[in-house]
Parts: sequence; C-alpha cells; structure tokens
Amino acid sequence: MRDLTDAFVELIRRTSTDLPADMEQALRAAREREAAGSAAQGALDTMLVNTEMSRAKSRPICQDTGTPIFEVHYPVGWSTRQLAAQIKQAVAIATEKSYLRPNAVDAISGDNSGDNSGVEFPTIHFHEWDEDAVKVDLMLKGGGCENVGAQYSLPNAQLKAGRDLEGVRRAALDAVVKAQGQGCAPGVLGIAVGGDRGASYAFSKQQLFRPLGDRNPHPELAALEETIKAQANELGIGPMGFGGQTTVLDVQMDTMHRLPASFFVSVSYMCWANRRRSMTVRGDDVTYQ
Amino acid sequence: MIHKLTVPIPDEAIRALHVGDQVEISGVIFTARDAAHKYMVEQFVKTGGNPPQAETALYEMLQEKLDGGVIYHCGPVVAKDDGVWRFVAAGPTTSIREEVYQDLVIEHFNLKAVIGKGGMGPRTLAACQTIAAVYLHAVGGAGTLIAERVVEVEDVHKLKEFGVPEAFWQIRVEGFPAVVTMDSHGKSIHADVAVQSEAKFRELVAA
Repeated sequence: MRDLTDAFVELIRRTSTDLPADMEQALRAAREREAAGSAAQGALDTMLVNTEMSRAKSRPICQDTGTPIFEVHYPVGWSTRQLAAQIKQAVAIATEKSYLRPNAVDAISGDNSGDNSGVEFPTIHFHEWDEDAVKVDLMLKGGGCENVGAQYSLPNAQLKAGRDLEGVRRAALDAVVKAQGQGCAPGVLGIAVGGDRGASYAFSKQQLFRPLGDRNPHPELAALEETIKAQANELGIGPMGFGGQTTVLDVQMDTMHRLPASFFVSVSYMCWANRRRSMTVRGDDVTYQ
Repeated sequence: MIHKLTVPIPDEAIRALHVGDQVEISGVIFTARDAAHKYMVEQFVKTGGNPPQAETALYEMLQEKLDGGVIYHCGPVVAKDDGVWRFVAAGPTTSIREEVYQDLVIEHFNLKAVIGKGGMGPRTLAACQTIAAVYLHAVGGAGTLIAERVVEVEDVHKLKEFGVPEAFWQIRVEGFPAVVTMDSHGKSIHADVAVQSEAKFRELVAA
C-alpha cells in the first residue's frame, strides 16, 4: 500500500484554510437577510472577508483548529494500522506548518503535547467498503461549538418531550436556545436519534458531513429538519448571538436503532467555520472535494 | 461610526461607549485565557498584590501595561520565522469560562476592555460599571483577519508553563475590530438576546 502522508497533510491544509462552497454561499445568503449596518450583518461580513483571506493566504480560518475527526473508508487489504500512523504523522507535520494549532493537552495536567498527538487524539474511524478507492472525510471541530452540543434522554419531563418526533423537536430547540451565540452562530445542527450514548453522539457528527440542503430520504424526518431549522431561526439569536435572522444555516438528522429502554437525541453543533473536506485516492490519483 | 481606541484607554472614552457600537483598538494588549486567568487571580489578586518572588517581574510589567489596558481571550496559531514570532490565526475564544475570574482581574489592574466571544455574566457586567470597562465581542472564527491586525508580537510570557494557546502573548495591534456587547452602563446584548430568545422558545414549545 502506498504512503499517503503527504496527501493527508494537503487534506488538512485545505480543510483548515478553505471553507467549503456550500457554507460560503449560505453565509452570503444570510448576510442579505440581516438589517443593513446591524451588528449581525457586520459579523457576517467579517466572516466572509476572513474566509476569502484565509483561502488566499493558506492560513487557518479559525485559530481553534479543533479536534481533527477522520472518517476513513478503505478497500479490502489495506492496513488501518499503517493508515493511522500516516494520519498521525501528517497531523504533526500540519501542526509544524501552522495549519493546525497544537491542540491536544493532557486531560488532568493540561500539558500540551505540542504536535496534536495524544491518547485517542486525533479521532480516526475506519470503515471497510467494497469500492476500489480510499475516501477520507475530515472535519476540524472547534471547542466552542463542541461545548454547546447536548444529549437528551427522552422522555424529558421539563421539556415535555416524549419519545416521538415532537420530543426530538423540543430537545433540538432547547439545545439551540441554551447555546445562544456560544457555538459561533450561525451554525449547523447534526442530530442523531437512537443508538447508545456514544454511538448517538458519533452519528450526530457524521450528519455534519452532508452537504447543506441535503434532506433525509424519510419524508417525516426531512420535514422535521426543515421545521427545526425554521424555528431555530425564529429564536432571533443571530450571528455570534448579536440578535438577528439567522441562527442556524441547516439542520440534518438521521436515526439509528435503539434499545427499547433508551431514546437518545444527540445534537452536535458545528460553527459557521464548518471545516469539512474529503479526499479520494484511486490508483495513483488523489482528488480533493 | 467606528470608535477608535488607543491603549491606555481613558475612562471617558469607555463611558462614551454603548452596546452595539463598533470599535477599533490599537496599542499593546495581552492574550489571556483559562490558565492565565487562574494564575493572575491566585498569584496576584489573592495575595493582595504580593506574589512570590519568582512572579514579581511579570506582575510589575502587567501592572504597568494593563492599567488602562486590554485583555484578549485568545489562543492563537503562531509561527516562528528566523526567531521572530508571528500570529497566523487569532480569533477569540469563549469568554464565559473566565466569569469567575474576570471581575477580580478588571478591578485589580484597572482594565478598560476585555475582548472575547459569547459574552460574560453579571459579575463581569458589574465590574464594567464600577471600574469603567467594556466587554468587546470579536467575531469568532475570524482567525486570519484578526491575525492580520496583530502587527507585532512583542513578547510572550509563561510559554513553557502554559503552552501556545494559554500563554500571555504581548502583542501590538492596529485597528483590531470588535463590537461593544456589554457596556459600562449595565447593558448587555447577551442578556437581552437570552431573554428574548428564551421567551420565543417557550412559545414554540407551549402546550
């Protein structure tokens, strides 16, 4: 198997410095909806200028380059151990090149490892598949938005949230109102319903890899994605919590099987600097999406 | 209109600011986040201004430069070219984590502004009223743009002990853009938006 270390460094560089087109377009559309001269519009203008600058200068969009989350799809016969070693090497190189901030600290002492290496850091998930190609999705998820994620165990008496889609709606809106502007609004919500606690959170993050506007194939879930998006924006929290029309740019959800006894709703909040990109390796060709 | 502020910032300039105002800051400011705030409170505030011998040099320098000065909640991405530090990306970090320390630090040093994101709570708001200080909101995630306004890294303190994100970076900024979201008259955009959005939330989940 070939050495993909350099390709991983390039994937990290692109992810950290070049905001995906769907996010940029959504921010531009949001800008048009805010009152001229408002703090909300000013914040969106700053985000858009920053997006262009970081792309042109090949610098991190945001200094919190977050937890690097790698989802690796690989064909039969590849070594996940070697792929993991190459990813870790690439992360250290990208840190040295200032595409990433040294962001891994000892849980108790707070000592910074200096190169983003650490226990279970970065996050890497492997999925063997039938395609004759390696596809790697990378998300850089910062701490501000990660801290406002929330998990609900339904029923929840305080929210009057039962074990149904109405309960999911209540939980999701509760997460948005509690987040206020802290997650660097306008954000994107990834919601998972079902699973155990751990699987549910991981699945909620996988929703964030979907392109904006992608709706769940299940009509009821697609409708709920739209409803939560519209109602979250009615809350008026606005960009950075300054007040305004746009609090979330999209909501994407999916379900997993659960135990009869459990009903988890996990909400992962991704900031406006929604840094997610992919790389496909087919034969000698490496392409970036 | 953009209010242009230069460090050290006089009290009158602070009292003239109201929530929603846009400002640009120039002069020497310091980054400080979780480890730095804990350190300042434990070593300087709680000792009544009598830190251990090893910490007095840093204390005296901070006393001078934070009088009328500015603290920025930020953990930057930095690079070192030919021995000179440079800010690569330097947007704000979430401020509310410093709520238990911030009022003490504002009062102890006579700080005039704290820059961060997400806003702070009632203790900080009260200190802003008493001391004449403001909370300034920078745009979270705008790492490259803000780093461009850092024209010089003058020095760094506690780098070994705290690490890159948590160290005190002594930086000269020019035209650092921010919005006043908590003023010295007791107003907070964060408190207002929270009240309004929570009312709307109750409406959306009524019945």
